[in-house]
Amino acid sequence: MLRKYLSRGEPLVWFTGSALGVCLLMIGCLLLVVLVNGLGFFWPAPLVLVTLQDGSKALGEIVNREAVPNPGQPDHLLRHRIQLKLGNRDLLGSDFRWIDEAQIAGRELPKGVYYVERREYGPLLGTPVTLKEGDAVKASGPEQVAPLLPRIIEQAARDRAAIEKIEKGTIGTINYQIERGRLVARGLDELAKREPARDLSAQRAKLEQQLAEQQRRYAAEQERLEKLRQSASPARVTFRTADGTEKELQALEIYRAYPANDLTLPGRAAVYASRLWTFVAEDPRESNTEGGIFPAIFGTVMMVIIMTIAVVPLGVLAALYLREYAKQGPLVRTVRIAVNNLAGVPSIVFGVFGLGFFVYFVGGTIDQLFFREALPTPTYGTGGILWASLTLALLAVPVVIVASEEALAAVPRSMREASLAMGATKFQTILRVVLPAAAPGILTGLILAMARGAGEVAPLMLTGVVKLAPQLPLDGFFPFFHPDRKFMHLGFHIYDVGFQSPNVEAAKPMVYTTTIFLLIIVMLLNLTAIVVRNKLRRKYQTSAF
Amino acid sequence: MPETMTDDRTGIRIATEVKEQDAAAREVRAPDIVIKDVNLSYGDNHVLHDISMDVEDRRVTAFIGPSGCGKSTLLRCLNRMNDLIDHVKITGEIRVKGLDVNAPATDVIEVRRRVGMVFQKSNPFPKSIYENVIYGLRIAGINDKAVLDEACERSLRGAALWDEVKDRLQESALSLSGGQMQRVCIARAIAVEPEIVLMDEPCSALDPIATLKIEELIYALKEKYTIVIVTHNLQQAARVSDRTGFFWLGRLVEYGPTPDMFTRPQDRLTEDYITGRFG
Repeated sequence: MLRKYLSRGEPLVWFTGSALGVCLLMIGCLLLVVLVNGLGFFWPAPLVLVTLQDGSKALGEIVNREAVPNPGQPDHLLRHRIQLKLGNRDLLGSDFRWIDEAQIAGRELPKGVYYVERREYGPLLGTPVTLKEGDAVKASGPEQVAPLLPRIIEQAARDRAAIEKIEKGTIGTINYQIERGRLVARGLDELAKREPARDLSAQRAKLEQQLAEQQRRYAAEQERLEKLRQSASPARVTFRTADGTEKELQALEIYRAYPANDLTLPGRAAVYASRLWTFVAEDPRESNTEGGIFPAIFGTVMMVIIMTIAVVPLGVLAALYLREYAKQGPLVRTVRIAVNNLAGVPSIVFGVFGLGFFVYFVGGTIDQLFFREALPTPTYGTGGILWASLTLALLAVPVVIVASEEALAAVPRSMREASLAMGATKFQTILRVVLPAAAPGILTGLILAMARGAGEVAPLMLTGVVKLAPQLPLDGFFPFFHPDRKFMHLGFHIYDVGFQSPNVEAAKPMVYTTTIFLLIIVMLLNLTAIVVRNKLRRKYQTSAF
Repeated sequence: MPETMTDDRTGIRIATEVKEQDAAAREVRAPDIVIKDVNLSYGDNHVLHDISMDVEDRRVTAFIGPSGCGKSTLLRCLNRMNDLIDHVKITGEIRVKGLDVNAPATDVIEVRRRVGMVFQKSNPFPKSIYENVIYGLRIAGINDKAVLDEACERSLRGAALWDEVKDRLQESALSLSGGQMQRVCIARAIAVEPEIVLMDEPCSALDPIATLKIEELIYALKEKYTIVIVTHNLQQAARVSDRTGFFWLGRLVEYGPTPDMFTRPQDRLTEDYITGRFG
């Protein structure tokens, strides 16, 4: 009876099913944790005013509640405490505070309190009391100031954009040209040293003239910027915090302010959307604990694309040689095993290799040959997006080789024979028949490689990723794409925000949110590859696939 | 297709027309392929023993014999497809229209251009019908659309497929039926105008109606091409071929005009095989 039951294989079905179930459960839990922690971050929570037994007050978002550990005592884990996000770091010294529930005399949701996101010191929580412009008081009392706030903030955002345009745009361009001029001047110095007889005065004069012109423009722009700074958003808003302290903020410092307890549901949703958009589209502020992650998203996508461009030809060509041309024997078998094992080498080892080979050796040589005038400041001889991408390409190449080899092996022999019997050379057969038929399988390898590459952090830390990159690797300055620049990466951003941040508690939710975006990007990149693969599959459908 | 009748002794239907023209069938034509003392071994496995035969110009020559007798191997020697297999050793001489196939100076590409091949399992490329047919011209570097179009139509007409596919040339060849796919392969083989067409069991995967069409096609093609066909189907050999060679354990046992082979086999083994006593 039991034997019959066993021989039918039913327990095996259960085993296999539960194995899959466990996998799905773990992945599901992981995603759930990330989603819940990450997506809730932008939701404008109500601000609770807590009155303590001693009469003092604290206003903040309740972010956590836990049992108070008191080992050995009867009240161990019986009492609870809540964690408040108070903001006002400049006034209170820290953003967060644990309060024992036993000490709380009363809680309320006061009307008219604002959650203010500002340039520095984290958020400010308080009630707007006066609005000044210059020395003149324009409005006083929360009822009068509050309606004026949205317009002030909008104006401030516009002024900030104008200032940034001059800083990064015009002045940035001038700086770039001055730097270029400096490098040309150094190049001339070098030339003069090598060939003392040569007369370079004409070039020097011209250069000096250009430089003077740029300097003049720089001074003019600087002056314009200064004027703009002074005239922009002259309003100043004073906020009163829960404990009665008053803090005056320049309008320019205020990024966003919302009355946390007076919002309707659509209002909250609007704040949520606007914060989410800021997160996706803007640069980080306050050592990455505020603002957005746009440069990191950009850097990740760009790095994966460069890596793909590097890894596909390399991997496919290597696989072609291994499978189609190399004489199958012990040597090829050894190479194949070695390639497979390469996939198991710790990624930090690839990072060290990338640093030594790409950055110091290749990059250093390029600097010696082409960017001599900038030395000792390295151009390519330091970490950059190109070297990081190539290091990752090296790391992912075994995956591509293995997948490509399998795809090539799966092309039916009959199809190769058909081509060869037509008088095609081996090369023509590979190019016209074998590669197209193997393309979907090769793309599968590429998908795996991309997923591996996009999630890798350790090698990047040695080869070009930085906490904050002032410039994107792609911009308006010739040659537009700057493979030597350092870049930001979502994976490294997670590590940096979560573990290297000066304000870990405040940055914690950003770890989850950044994770979500990394997952989304990997998914989008893979989806693109899958769509391409399915297209190819339909086109080159054969019995083998 | 000629009328057929059943042979009294072997029970195999053979072409009466051929029977009536036995004299014509037996007439010896100039040899197109000369095979002389060919031995072939895969490593230690001696597969072909001292094969010598002449394949005549614009006739259909059938190779028959039990599985593993070496008939396909010999066929693949004629366009050097055995080159693809490791550890193959071939001695002896094969001349295709005077060209020494195995000579070191001979360009294998040239041999395969002149000797087309159709395989047991139809193997169209996963491309359009059009691209399949003109594949040989494309790899020869011909890209003139007029030439390609002309070759495509001519070959498809030659393979008796034009009327069925002329409106869907850009569709994938894999969307066709098995018989049509095999005819695409034949069209592909004749598109480069070879002198000889080798067929390795071209109908073994096809239903009787598709088989009939291919046989009719073979009958028509022999006007222009010398055809060598390997088949397991004795009736087929009897129906379509002018010469039949019977192979057994890597040796050519008997080779002669088809009517004689099926009615008056000289060798005991041949008779046993044809009458179905073994094989």
